[in-house]
Amino acid sequence: MDNVLLCMEEIEKSFPGVDALKKCRFELKAGEVHALVGENGAGKSTLMKIFAGIYLKDGGRILYKDEEVNIPNPHTAQKMGISMVHQELNLMPHLTAAQNIFIGREPFRGFKFILDENALNEKAQKIFDMMHLKLDPRAKVATLSVAKQQMVEIAKALSFDSDVLIFDEPSAALTDVEIAELFRIIRHLKKEGVGIIYITHRLEELKEISDRITVLRDGLYVDTVQTKKATIDQIIKMMVGRVIYESTPEIPKNPSQEVVLAVNNLTRGNELKNVSFKLMKGEILGFAGLVGAGRTEVARAIFGADPFNTGEIVVNGKKVNIKKPSDAVSHDIGYLSEDRKRYGLCLGLDVETNIVLAMIDKLTGFLGWVNTSKIRSIAKNIVDKLSIRTPSLNQKTKNLSGGNQQKLVVGKWLAKDTNILIFDEPTRGIDVGAKSEIYSLLNDLAKQGKSIVMISSELPEILRMSHRVVVMCEGRVTGELKNDQATQESIMRLATQRNGGNLANIKRNGETINGK
Amino acid sequence: MENKIINRQKETRADTLQRLMAFGALIIIFVGFSLASPYFFTFNNVVGILIATAVNGLLAVGVTFVIISGGIDLSVGTVMTLSAVMSGVFITIWNLPIPLGVLAGVLTGGMAGFVNGILISKFKLPPFIATLGMLNIARGLSLVISELHPIYFDIEKGFNNITMGSILGSIIPGFDIPNGVLIMFGSAIIAGLILSKMNLGRYCFAIGSNEEAARLSGVNIVFWKTAIYTIGGLFVGIAGVVMAARLNSAQPALGLGYELDAIAAAVIGGTSLSGGEGTMVGTIIGAFIISTLTNGLRIMSVPQEWQIVVTGIIIISAVYLDILRRGKQR
Repeated sequence: MDNVLLCMEEIEKSFPGVDALKKCRFELKAGEVHALVGENGAGKSTLMKIFAGIYLKDGGRILYKDEEVNIPNPHTAQKMGISMVHQELNLMPHLTAAQNIFIGREPFRGFKFILDENALNEKAQKIFDMMHLKLDPRAKVATLSVAKQQMVEIAKALSFDSDVLIFDEPSAALTDVEIAELFRIIRHLKKEGVGIIYITHRLEELKEISDRITVLRDGLYVDTVQTKKATIDQIIKMMVGRVIYESTPEIPKNPSQEVVLAVNNLTRGNELKNVSFKLMKGEILGFAGLVGAGRTEVARAIFGADPFNTGEIVVNGKKVNIKKPSDAVSHDIGYLSEDRKRYGLCLGLDVETNIVLAMIDKLTGFLGWVNTSKIRSIAKNIVDKLSIRTPSLNQKTKNLSGGNQQKLVVGKWLAKDTNILIFDEPTRGIDVGAKSEIYSLLNDLAKQGKSIVMISSELPEILRMSHRVVVMCEGRVTGELKNDQATQESIMRLATQRNGGNLANIKRNGETINGK
Repeated sequence: MENKIINRQKETRADTLQRLMAFGALIIIFVGFSLASPYFFTFNNVVGILIATAVNGLLAVGVTFVIISGGIDLSVGTVMTLSAVMSGVFITIWNLPIPLGVLAGVLTGGMAGFVNGILISKFKLPPFIATLGMLNIARGLSLVISELHPIYFDIEKGFNNITMGSILGSIIPGFDIPNGVLIMFGSAIIAGLILSKMNLGRYCFAIGSNEEAARLSGVNIVFWKTAIYTIGGLFVGIAGVVMAARLNSAQPALGLGYELDAIAAAVIGGTSLSGGEGTMVGTIIGAFIISTLTNGLRIMSVPQEWQIVVTGIIIISAVYLDILRRGKQR
């Protein structure tokens, strides 16, 4: 074989309650971009974490540079020239970008204990320059946007000068511009003979960046194909083992004119500037915009998770005073956060507790007695309805795959049954199959008369799902489009309408209803 | 599908094993001391161990709520003393009926817990600091209220019977288990039910596991945290009454250091100091392990100072074993 860098064979791994990998194989050549795809829980991340020394394999062999190797920990992996950009951010928020990149490898001024901050920052700057990234190495990571943090992670992986680079869904948090930059970097590395493993859920990226594609399903190896020779449909079929109908849902023209939620002039410092919009009964209102446009901030302010300075929230015609999330819930508003691990789930607790977390009060009788059997039946119902893959209702949430965890958070608000639902990136890090399940779920909810705000960074998703689209940029609502007016181009134009943008530009046919 | 079922069995087995581990350790200690000394496994000595566990067990039950919710309560020892002193004031100085005095003691604990809870949830003080402050406040107040002197209860009034009398003994002659022990077990069962069957318990785990996720699920954090510390405080108040009845006096200088034994009991019993994990059964077993060790070592004539050293070693080993067990999940 020509310059095969890595060959994994018969890899086995199980976790309490889950067989994550069963006889999996994977091969990587030098100078190749090899994509690894599969549904959530297919074992992609697990396989790569074994290669990066984060998990220990239960069985199988790893041949690396023609030698059988053991990779007991991430440190060994790094020394062998393997680095991984993780799906979750693993940065220390109180340290600067440069300090994060070179943690454990700091340059010294002398004596091996006086740090050389200047050299550190210079080295980091060099990597940023190579990446065409405008970022101050001295900036504290906590002050950076999620996308920038992701770029810092990538810079960290690059700083090792590795022979193999693993990207675990790097594009999930990135905007299109940054993804383009990432691809440029990847092509550059490829020319230098670096082997690149690219895990992704965005299948449209495959054609653009990968040479070969390996598909996993339920912890099993399915096939490896040349990207040139495969179609996306074939890949999807291999991933799910069934055909998925990517049909466009029929969107009713006028869901209803009954306003269930009206937000007027919501303002907070520089983050939110006079945000106004209306949500109708039975409507899915898409919120589009670039990462950092202020969409999540709007959602959190409405939900009472963060305070706001001025503005008012009107629910069902009545002005409400929401100071904390429990107020919002009592006004029938539910919020599904974009970061499920940090804000959505109690990872150490079991599936059923997480499902009923928002509604325990409803299941509580005399003196706070909880109806355990009712919890079971509700949890079971949700697990079945969303086909959450878990060995039991008492499985700890941290043992579920990302997609199933996401379904769990959705399930929590389904169980709570609030009439106004704010979904913040409901399909982030979810595979095609689970995505279409969540889409049909959202459509069902809307048909039942629930009103949904759906924040999403994926334009196809926004276009496919929304009755109307609100576009934000830099904390302002820059426009509102009806379903038939919304296109990728029209949304992007509004989303990039920086300060001083002229609202008149977007008024087409006099139909745009812009909340002032 | 078959695989899944097998895995589920594997998991439940691991869970049961974990629960049995502390209990197994207790049995081993018991058998070990029984073999080493003929005086250990006698009815009187076992009753001695039980009664010695009562106070620490109650404190540990109180602090377990708090630790599972991701907090810590350093004030349980001195608040217990303050509760005892308040009972003393009600019964001895103001000559009020015993039930009122008991109620006063228990509510004093609840009040202290309530204040802790408000400071932590509403005013966002770190639990360590808030309860460290409360530790000193309660300690000082005990001395102020009692004017530095122990308060002795009248023997005739029978306050002593709350802990040292034996209802069981009057039903089954010869089986003289003191009431204090029954109070501890009863409280532990109630606490266990609160933890597993009531909303407060659920929120305890949820807040300890991921406070932000719980908040964003609409859980009223300020209210529930306050409730958690208050409930913990009530059990501390019960401990105060049991303590006072056992000594038939309220000793204002006592109490310091009890909080560490209580936390140790919870931790030995499998409660995670980072929150989100723990059981009342484990905590009670932990409390028994500590008092059994102390008792056994004393019977073996090990000097008291060495008994303390051993307790330290046990705490470290218990937590290390727990880490080893978890490590296997990697």
